[in-house]
Amino acid sequence: MPKITIDGKEYEAQAGQTIIQVATDNGIELPHFCWHPALTVAGNCRMCLVEVDKIPKLQIACATVITDGMNVKVNSPAATKGREDVMEFLLINHPLDCPICDEAGQCKLQDYAFDHSRGVSRFVEEKTHKDKRVAFGPNVLFDGERCISCSRCIRFSQEVAEQPVLTFVNRGDHVTINAVPAESFDNNMSMNVIDICPVGALTSRDFRFKARVWDMSFSDSICPGCSRGCNVRVGVRNNEIMRLEPRNNPNVNEYWMCDYGRLSTYHAVNDERLAGPRMKDANSLQQPTDNDSAARRVAQELSKYKKEEVLILGSARMPIEDNFLMLKLAKEKFGKQHIPFIPHISGQDERKLLRADKLPNAMGATLMGLVADGHYQHVHGEKAANATVLELLRSRKIKAVFALAGNSLADAQLLEAFENVEFFATCSSNDNVTSRRADVVFSIAQWAERDGVFVNFEGWAQQLRPAVSTKYYMRGRDQMHMSRLDRFGSPYDKWARSNKRDAREAWRFVQLVAKELGSMSDHAQHWKYQHTEEVFDEIAATNPEFRGMSYEALGDMGMPVASNKNAIVQPKYEEVSQTSTMRVESVGSVIL
Amino acid sequence: MPTTSKYNKPATRRKLSLWEKLYLFEIVRGLLTTFKHLFRPKFTRQYPEERWDPPASFRGRPVLVLEENGVERCVACGLCSRVCPPLAIEVRASETELLKERYPVVFEINMLRCIFCGFCEEVFPEEAIVMSKDYELAFTDPSQGIYGKDRLLTPKAQLKDRLDFLAKMRN
Repeated sequence: MPKITIDGKEYEAQAGQTIIQVATDNGIELPHFCWHPALTVAGNCRMCLVEVDKIPKLQIACATVITDGMNVKVNSPAATKGREDVMEFLLINHPLDCPICDEAGQCKLQDYAFDHSRGVSRFVEEKTHKDKRVAFGPNVLFDGERCISCSRCIRFSQEVAEQPVLTFVNRGDHVTINAVPAESFDNNMSMNVIDICPVGALTSRDFRFKARVWDMSFSDSICPGCSRGCNVRVGVRNNEIMRLEPRNNPNVNEYWMCDYGRLSTYHAVNDERLAGPRMKDANSLQQPTDNDSAARRVAQELSKYKKEEVLILGSARMPIEDNFLMLKLAKEKFGKQHIPFIPHISGQDERKLLRADKLPNAMGATLMGLVADGHYQHVHGEKAANATVLELLRSRKIKAVFALAGNSLADAQLLEAFENVEFFATCSSNDNVTSRRADVVFSIAQWAERDGVFVNFEGWAQQLRPAVSTKYYMRGRDQMHMSRLDRFGSPYDKWARSNKRDAREAWRFVQLVAKELGSMSDHAQHWKYQHTEEVFDEIAATNPEFRGMSYEALGDMGMPVASNKNAIVQPKYEEVSQTSTMRVESVGSVIL
Repeated sequence: MPTTSKYNKPATRRKLSLWEKLYLFEIVRGLLTTFKHLFRPKFTRQYPEERWDPPASFRGRPVLVLEENGVERCVACGLCSRVCPPLAIEVRASETELLKERYPVVFEINMLRCIFCGFCEEVFPEEAIVMSKDYELAFTDPSQGIYGKDRLLTPKAQLKDRLDFLAKMRN
């Protein structure tokens, strides 16, 4: 195994690695713009210059393959001077519009101008002017002046997105990036170029100017857009989700996430939320109510019917904890072996990331013992009938339904078939067709407002964490991530008070209903869960697939369930993107 | 037995002479000072009929500069809100077709919190937010203390003094 020396310290390396890979593996951060661990090496920003013994000129660490006994100097006067000069060249034509630029606060150029440049410009001539606000595609805008020509986006379009429509045009000072004429950079992974752009040249049409980086809190969570379960970071300001960005998980999504997940999943958290539990009165009009009376009503109504007339519906939109308790309720109170969930398949599996199965937890629900609709056997006394939920409803054998969540009635046929149902209780987070049809509706927390575990289609159990606070989740108390405003503001501030919703995890309402039902039998003592983690611990103790798991063990990266044979890939090179926010924070706390 | 330390020593009182005990002379001397001021020019300002015009260096209520073309200078960069020690400023930005690209949709200064430090003015390179001469800030309701864009935007002409002063201080 070759050994190289970096700044006087010896490191073991593997043959064929480049200097920057060895350095990054060992926690030495070499400044770089164009190098990205998931892309090919271009070597055109020249920022990672280092001095190597026996080579007369400075070398770029990203493209220099190591040899045994190589002596690399990162902080020698010559290397430092070299990087300073590169910074000066890069800043010559870069506009000084950080106050307008969205990247400010997480910009590599800003960081390195702080760390690796003289801080003064000798360039007094006019900067070149290029096109601003050029649309590369429906979601990506390009600002030619800010671009430092690192070619990360070009390489991404060729290598990862596999839609090679971006290219350099012109030369020298006038070099800029264009989409090929009559082509649009419109594939489903296009917005990743915004994340990998080291400066603010590529901006998101959706996010543009919505919030400053330093005003947001970033919480790690899982994208609920499809069964892939990409690891994301949720940017929240004023208790509203501003944007999602991908988080590196080599086992699931690497550094990327799709545009569908990025753009379509957060609106359900921000908009059209239920204000609280609602219940239909004698005139069949929904009125606000409280959780206890709603649960009492559900329990009373459900116990009016025979057990085979009651249908309990799970949901693969909800974490495994909710489904586990829903199934437990169905088993204990209604004598059912299985409960169905309604799958949601739309479109095709894409080559990368996006799956046709749009439910984030279909695998998890299956592992919990739920059955996808279509394979479900509804038990009528002695006989088991193979029928879909739709057929069951149409046959008028079902009189009452208790559904876990989701917009289960979005399907017009199903909505029509629900006419036959006498009593329908559901949990819902948004005001939609389902919640309006329901006789009793509980207001539940969205994916970004709670703890929970999703299992993706490959069997990776991954943890959701609350990013948006509700009436029951407080930032300070519940170890949620806090932005500067949350940390230094008072509880009476607008951003601390605003839109805190009356929404709780769905399993709490399942438990409430179970307790109400239990008061008639003797099962009440089982239903004493305080926190989602307790439910998960019980799952881990009883279900062999989840043996040995806990929220702590799942951590940021998740764990494979027992039947998942996939080998765990260790993260190779971490691309740190939030460094500058951290720095701003630390400076901020000194000032304040 | 109580101990005496330097903290619980009994108070000692100086013995006064007869003249000092009378204290009549001191009263007369004090009254003389008072009456002398009857014949001097008045310092009292008859506020609010008579108002004070502060100098250009005065730090009054922060305002937003409105250019001659009716557009605010502010680009909603959020630096003022970032630097504001009491977190009094809230900015929400959006996109505009103008050259400056971004503008504030919401710009609110909570004047109940503002401490008139002038950091917001200092942090912004283009003087879009400056300290005005307005010092009359009295509210009958806390909600009046939150100044929105409607009350913050001030035409550039009215802020000439301050802008000239800032230009002078910068060089």
